[in-house]
Amino acid sequence: MPPATPILEADRLAKVFGEFTALDGLSFTVAEGESLGLLGVNGAGKTTAMNLLLGLTTPTSGTVRIFGLDLWKHRIEILRQVNFSSAYTALPSNLLVWQNLLVFAKLYRVPRPKQRIDELLELLDITHLRKSVTGTLSAGESTRVNLAKALLNQPRLLLLDEPTASLDPDIADRVRKLLRHLQQETGLSILYTSHNMRDIEEVCDRLVFLHGGKVLAEGTPSEVKTRFNQASLEDFFIGVARGEIDAIGLK
Amino acid sequence: MPFSFHTVSALVLRYVFLYTRHPVRFVELIFWPLVDLLVWGFLTIYLQKTAAAGFPATITFLIGGMILWDVLFRSQQGVAISFLEDVWTRNLLNVFVAPVRTVEYVAATCLVGVLRVGVTLAILTVVAALAYGFQLADLGLALIPFLGNLMLFGWFLGMVSTALIMRWGQAAESLAWAVPFFIQPLAAVFYPVSVLPWWLQPVAKALPCTPIFEGMRAVLSGQATPWGQLQSAFLLNLVWGGLAAWFFAANLRHVRKTGLLVKVATQ
Repeated sequence: MPPATPILEADRLAKVFGEFTALDGLSFTVAEGESLGLLGVNGAGKTTAMNLLLGLTTPTSGTVRIFGLDLWKHRIEILRQVNFSSAYTALPSNLLVWQNLLVFAKLYRVPRPKQRIDELLELLDITHLRKSVTGTLSAGESTRVNLAKALLNQPRLLLLDEPTASLDPDIADRVRKLLRHLQQETGLSILYTSHNMRDIEEVCDRLVFLHGGKVLAEGTPSEVKTRFNQASLEDFFIGVARGEIDAIGLK
Repeated sequence: MPFSFHTVSALVLRYVFLYTRHPVRFVELIFWPLVDLLVWGFLTIYLQKTAAAGFPATITFLIGGMILWDVLFRSQQGVAISFLEDVWTRNLLNVFVAPVRTVEYVAATCLVGVLRVGVTLAILTVVAALAYGFQLADLGLALIPFLGNLMLFGWFLGMVSTALIMRWGQAAESLAWAVPFFIQPLAAVFYPVSVLPWWLQPVAKALPCTPIFEGMRAVLSGQATPWGQLQSAFLLNLVWGGLAAWFFAANLRHVRKTGLLVKVATQ
């Protein structure tokens, strides 16, 4: 089978903040319908990479192409078909859930926004929260509302920054299953960052492990485990964090 | 498509939801301006009673100055506070990763400024008429360019305030309220430019709002509308608008380059 067309291409991305090199020539692709995990210990460059891919930060060098278009030349066109959810952002806390979703539906020019909002509330099992004040929701409810916002425009590419952070295991499991389901049903491509290795194993087809702003490992979760002779991704993560593993393998 | 009114209206809708969800939000738009109006109104009534004949016109100068100053201030607040609302609610990143052009975002905050001015101006006009017999309509047709120029300058000051907050972070958020007051002593709001020391007068005359307040006093004194001054105000606004847009764009580029935009949005 020929390789799927890349939907996202990061090419030799570098970002330098003063003396600190946050990213050093990062290159990777996300194929159509693929779910890619972007991993790394704190300070590895995941968040910087995510911010560059969203156009929130400009790269020192390198390019980002999404849907074959240069991100900075076609930013608005691209963003219409992309969406984002993060544990570190929120929707305005003083608005009702439906009000927040309606505003973003309009920003993304969703046809029949009220119908789409109802569909998503049902899909995420949060119809009862429609008229709730966003700031009064629990962490799990907020995450699902944020996901509803991220799915409003039926994105071709979804960027998720630690979407299961602060969720209890039950809700985290539901979110993972939902993402997998959406990916299979709609061909959605996902770029996923997480510190939860179970998320990565369950949701991601492939992963890119960053360390010191560079790619340390790349492949399917089982390929990475095999290459570095680790029983689990968590062991691999801990090994890198403690300096016991480098690009060559076990020290 | 370079500019979308649809996007602007969606952003404005968010602010409308915000203000109509909590009646308390209207306190900010009504309470402080009313307090100002009452203080200035009673002060001038007191001065009127104790001063010599010929003084009464001053009451209209002070109340007129206060109301027109509030137009500028609310317009500036519309831009700066709308941006801060997004920072406070950690929603800024959601907006910046949505298909929203910077110019659309700024235009939406400017429109919010117009709405804020509308609410405050309506209340102040009614209260000033009932309590002090001050009729804003006495300014005649000149009122339109007066208000228009003040709103424009308010937007530009709002853009400068927002740019500074983006650059310096939430620690600088008090600038959203302070920036207009940096220029107030020079803007001839309550006294003519001639009162200022000679070396400050050129600075005062470089502000687009100064000819408006000078013009207001001229009209309230029964003189003809100083259309020449209004033209100067508009030309100065064009210059300030260009500088504010450049300053805003340069700062946005800087915060995108340095990563400060994300820091401001997530702190």
